[in-house]
Amino acid sequence: MMLKRLALAGAFGLVASTAMADCAYEPPMEIRSLSAAFEAWNAVTGAWGECGNVNAELDQEFRTKQPSAFAANPSLYHIGGVANGTITPLLNEGTIRPLDDLVAEYGQNLSPNQLIRIDGQIMAVAMMVNTQHLMYRSDILEDLGIEVPTTWDEVLAAAEVIQEAGVVDYPLGGTMKSGWNLAQDFNNMFVGFGGTFVNPDSTPNVNSEAGVQTLEMMMRMTEYMDPEFLVSDSTYVQQQFQQGRIAMANLWASRAAAMNDAAESQVVGLVQTSAAPLAMEGGVPATTLWWDGIVIAANIPDEEAEAAFRLAMEGLDEAMVTANNDAAIWLVPGYQPTEMAEGAIATATASPPPPSYPSSSQMGLMHTALGNELPAFFTGDVSAEEALAAVEAAYTTAAQEAGLLE
Amino acid sequence: MKTRTFLAFVGPSVFLMLLFIAAPLVSVFISSFQVTQPLVEQVTEEVCTPGFLTQTCTTETVTRPILDDDGNIVTQTEWVGFTSYDRVLEPARAWEAISSFDYSALMQIDFWAALRFTLMFTLVTLPLVIGVGLAIALAVNNAARSIRGPIIFVSLLPFIITPVIGALSIRWLFIGDGILVLALEAWLDRDLALFAQAWTIELMMLFYRVWHVAPFAFVIFYAGLQTVNQDTLESAIIDGANRWDRLRYVIVPHLMPLIIFISLIHLMDSYRVFDEIVGFTAQAHVISLQWLTFDFLQPDDAGNRAFSRAAASSMLTMVGIVILLIPLLRRTWRDHKGSSH
Repeated sequence: MMLKRLALAGAFGLVASTAMADCAYEPPMEIRSLSAAFEAWNAVTGAWGECGNVNAELDQEFRTKQPSAFAANPSLYHIGGVANGTITPLLNEGTIRPLDDLVAEYGQNLSPNQLIRIDGQIMAVAMMVNTQHLMYRSDILEDLGIEVPTTWDEVLAAAEVIQEAGVVDYPLGGTMKSGWNLAQDFNNMFVGFGGTFVNPDSTPNVNSEAGVQTLEMMMRMTEYMDPEFLVSDSTYVQQQFQQGRIAMANLWASRAAAMNDAAESQVVGLVQTSAAPLAMEGGVPATTLWWDGIVIAANIPDEEAEAAFRLAMEGLDEAMVTANNDAAIWLVPGYQPTEMAEGAIATATASPPPPSYPSSSQMGLMHTALGNELPAFFTGDVSAEEALAAVEAAYTTAAQEAGLLE
Repeated sequence: MKTRTFLAFVGPSVFLMLLFIAAPLVSVFISSFQVTQPLVEQVTEEVCTPGFLTQTCTTETVTRPILDDDGNIVTQTEWVGFTSYDRVLEPARAWEAISSFDYSALMQIDFWAALRFTLMFTLVTLPLVIGVGLAIALAVNNAARSIRGPIIFVSLLPFIITPVIGALSIRWLFIGDGILVLALEAWLDRDLALFAQAWTIELMMLFYRVWHVAPFAFVIFYAGLQTVNQDTLESAIIDGANRWDRLRYVIVPHLMPLIIFISLIHLMDSYRVFDEIVGFTAQAHVISLQWLTFDFLQPDDAGNRAFSRAAASSMLTMVGIVILLIPLLRRTWRDHKGSSH
């Protein structure tokens, strides 16, 4: 991480001297930003760097650091990179400012789709969408005469055929590392089965028919996976694809470009994407929609906020997207969807569409409870009902401690 | 020594210990009996989020903390007695499991599962660290003088490596198609998945900890071996004591204070086992007490942290260490009193 940051800082140094002219706006004071460290953020912060006077910090631990850093007065950063899952603490603590005035003045190039409105006020500007959807080895499916699966039952049937043919180590990959990843995989399937996580009165609602169906489906999936699936995160699944060890997985759209990275991948051009499979007929695709974007801190002087916003707009322009077209499913005008983006776009435009990740204080607690309690089901220690009862118990304890439940 | 001089000498360190050890401990102790909650309200909001082409707007009822005029969250702190300890220990559920001899039900409670692993880890690595450390020390002590330097250097290497890095490198040797897994698979002629079940992960963690800490024991023992009384050894030889007898009746009794010292340090360190859990991503299968505290403190995406349970869990960890150390401390105290007379 440090190395990446250094490399980035070095890159800034290089471009700052030569490419300053590429930037239409130069902030009068130093602007600091904190965001995640994936490819899209490299592209955006790189574009900011061209304007000089920018200190961009890219850190995968941003979600832990951001709430406290923005709560400081003055805030330690001007610009925050957030996702719909991580904006909640900032909204709760009131540490980010409404952007309506700034958008009206400097946001002419933004499309209305990018403006994240919460109760009428623009609180963030989205730059890209992300979702987990099906990626598959088109050559293997073609060789074995398998249609691209559209439901999870079809995925499992295809996995069976691939298993028998023995062309890869494991037919399926899965982001099922215990903790956040496993819980997110549960969430995807759970919304696919029409479940709701929490009742309006904040009591838990996962120990339901949808919950049991979800766990049973996930258990059936694991039969076709690497038995070490409980330590397998997105990067691990990406590498399994790149090394030709798996044939299908429900993986993040932001990982698609890596499949065609000749430096890492042995399967360049062989992986294709399609919509996230349905869990049940007539349901929504078994996945959740995410967006990533920027927020501006509340605890900074107005002129700094203005400078930060104008700078942010510099990074989110057409030139940046044209130069980094494949780094993400951009919402910024000028984006040309490629073949690898088909799956994400098909997922997002499905009818009925999958829900956005339902971020809230309750959901944060539920996500943690799922991530901690579900592994016992997959190691075979407890039944699906027992695991879900344990999730509800863990959630209830945490919600009581957090003051959300009596 | 005069009382005044004595106080002047120990004063600064007593002050620092009070400031950096006692004060935080007291504050953690107090917060384990308190719960601080934000005051929340239910708000109905319209939230608009982007799809690929158009936005979806939904009206949701969300919980938001109430902010005061300065923009800070209004919180209230309550004394809750042993509630947080109760939530960590879950005594009713644990007792039910114990009284029906249902081991796996007991292991479903995080604290007891963590305690089981932590105790096992501490008590299994202790004799191994002492044994391996002593063995290396004896080997080096008996090695020819010319090769001693290189041997000491190589034996110390594991101790120099940063714990997390060491754990990660061992993890990469054994995970998925790691190089050692491939070698083992070729040798045993079967498919191996070392990260798919608890016992293989536990074995790797035990191996790693012994590999990492044995050099520490070795250095101490090696220093101790230099002070063994040669006359006693020679007279033992004349009395017909073989190698084993000399080790048992001369060397080990001589090293006993060092063995106790290493045991004390090792018990304190390994009861706080944490790096291994993170390094080996073992949390699906095994967790430790220290990891449990860390997990309570780790904020989720919505920013929630379980401070109160984290405080209770770390107090329980401290109590556990103290209980483990009592026998050794009593022995040291007896020896100390014995020698001062």
